[in-house]
Amino acid sequence: MKEDDPNIKWVEEPKLGLTGRMYLPLIAGGLTTTIKHLVSPKVTVSYPDEEPEIGNKLIYRGVHRLNRDEQGRVKCVACFLCATACPAHCIDIIGIESPWEDREKYPESFTIDELRCIYCGMCEEACPVDAIELTSLYNLTGRSREEMIFDKEKLLSVYDATKDSEPMQSVTQEGST
Amino acid sequence: MSDPSPLLAGVKILALVAGIMTGAAYFVLLERRMAAWVQDRRGPNRVGIPLTKIRLFGLGQPLADGLKMILKEEYTPGHVNRRLFLLAPIVIMAAALAIFAVIPFGSSLPPIPALGIDEPIDLIVAPQVDVGLLYVFALSSVAVYGVILGGWASNNKYSFLGGLRSSAQMIAYELPLGLGILGIVLAGSSLGLNDIIDRQAASGVWFLMAQPLGFVVFLIAAFAEAARLPFDLPEAEQELIGGYHTEYAGIKLVLFLTAEFIHMITASFLITILFLGGWHFWGLTGSPDAEITWPLALIRIVVLNTKIFCVILFFMLARWTWPRFRFDQLMTLAWKVMLPLGIVNLVSVAILREILHPTHLGGSLGSGGSLFLECLIGWAVAIGSWAFVAWIGPLVADNRPRLDIHPREVDPQI
Repeated sequence: MKEDDPNIKWVEEPKLGLTGRMYLPLIAGGLTTTIKHLVSPKVTVSYPDEEPEIGNKLIYRGVHRLNRDEQGRVKCVACFLCATACPAHCIDIIGIESPWEDREKYPESFTIDELRCIYCGMCEEACPVDAIELTSLYNLTGRSREEMIFDKEKLLSVYDATKDSEPMQSVTQEGST
Repeated sequence: MSDPSPLLAGVKILALVAGIMTGAAYFVLLERRMAAWVQDRRGPNRVGIPLTKIRLFGLGQPLADGLKMILKEEYTPGHVNRRLFLLAPIVIMAAALAIFAVIPFGSSLPPIPALGIDEPIDLIVAPQVDVGLLYVFALSSVAVYGVILGGWASNNKYSFLGGLRSSAQMIAYELPLGLGILGIVLAGSSLGLNDIIDRQAASGVWFLMAQPLGFVVFLIAAFAEAARLPFDLPEAEQELIGGYHTEYAGIKLVLFLTAEFIHMITASFLITILFLGGWHFWGLTGSPDAEITWPLALIRIVVLNTKIFCVILFFMLARWTWPRFRFDQLMTLAWKVMLPLGIVNLVSVAILREILHPTHLGGSLGSGGSLFLECLIGWAVAIGSWAFVAWIGPLVADNRPRLDIHPREVDPQI
């Protein structure tokens, strides 16, 4: 690229006028901006005292849940697509033959290591039956590493706790095909 | 004049040091809160009374900060010059505190017969020192030693660079600082800070109104001497990690940081006393010769401290308004702008003093007339010289590359 390349547009900065050279108008302008920010409303959320507002709960990526179908059974068909898609390898599924007529397999155990998870939402996107979803619960704490490995019951209980505030994203779709 | 009894002086020193140190701790909190507010944050507002849940807007934060710094490991690196390394924070802190020996922190208290004190108590540690300003100057120069010692003893190139920058900056800005003060000394006919306040209180005209140019020069030089933004090159974190105190930790670091804050408080005291009338406010504080009573003494203390507080607020606002100067801009401002402006101010004040002397023109104008003329000429000189400087060489530092010297360069590899 040469200096006279027609793709380069050389911009001249405007020259300072006498008011700019006097410096005082610039000082006044700068101080006005500072004082404006000094008294403006603050953006900080004082967390334990006030909860942050989550814009759209359905697209927030917090703790996972395992959805239930209408009969209260786990929707998951143990297809391992979420575990395959997971970049952090935090999903561990043991799938066995399903006791129900409408599907071949179901998860005997379904555990997610919430400490390992990076909350990318790939599992939610990969799931063909919308069984795994990310909720808007963000304040996830535990006293030990073991406590943070969520098993199937815990993930289902997350669904029970959040199903009213965050409806399943595709209720019409059945658990299996 | 009060009786210079050692006990009274001891009480004054105790009150002053306690006040300054507490004040510095709380100004750190104020600085952090102001910084947060300007950046649309809330700042430290959680620490309140220890062991309770009472928050008090974060007023317990200085205590927590102090405890944390004291309990930290006080690590001395192996490669430092140990004696100088220890000496530096002591020097800087001692010099910063000793300045307050001649700075009045009020006017005076009425006599307290119950304690055997039957003369008014001057609110100044060393009331009979006539060379107050010289003493302040001498000690503020000693403070530079602390910085250079710290930088040198650390045996680290960043610290050394910070120390050298600091020394260059302090020496450059001491000249305009002195020129700003000289105008006041001429107009106030005294080096004692109490006499300068009395002078302003007697005439009712603060030196800000009579010598605006001197005020601007002194204000900018005071910012530079206190190493506050936009003149904080000695400790520019982005360039020097921490400057001269990079290698310091624990309580030694606290000494450096507190000394820096005390420099700012000193600068505010000097600005208030020299240019903003000290404890004087029209219609509130009475004439300097009036009999001192308790309400009058308290009002004067409140007025003085309110002014100082406002100046410190301005210091903190300025921090978030101006970006830091480049080093060459810093030096240009000192030698090519502030020094000539200071000389202009000094010469104009000197000529005015001569013309308005009672034996010359001042006698025929009367005191009111000559004061009015003094202010008028002071403002004319200030505006005129400021505009002249703006016309020949702007105070605005032009960062753009000089295209007439360096033609545009385009990387041929692209």
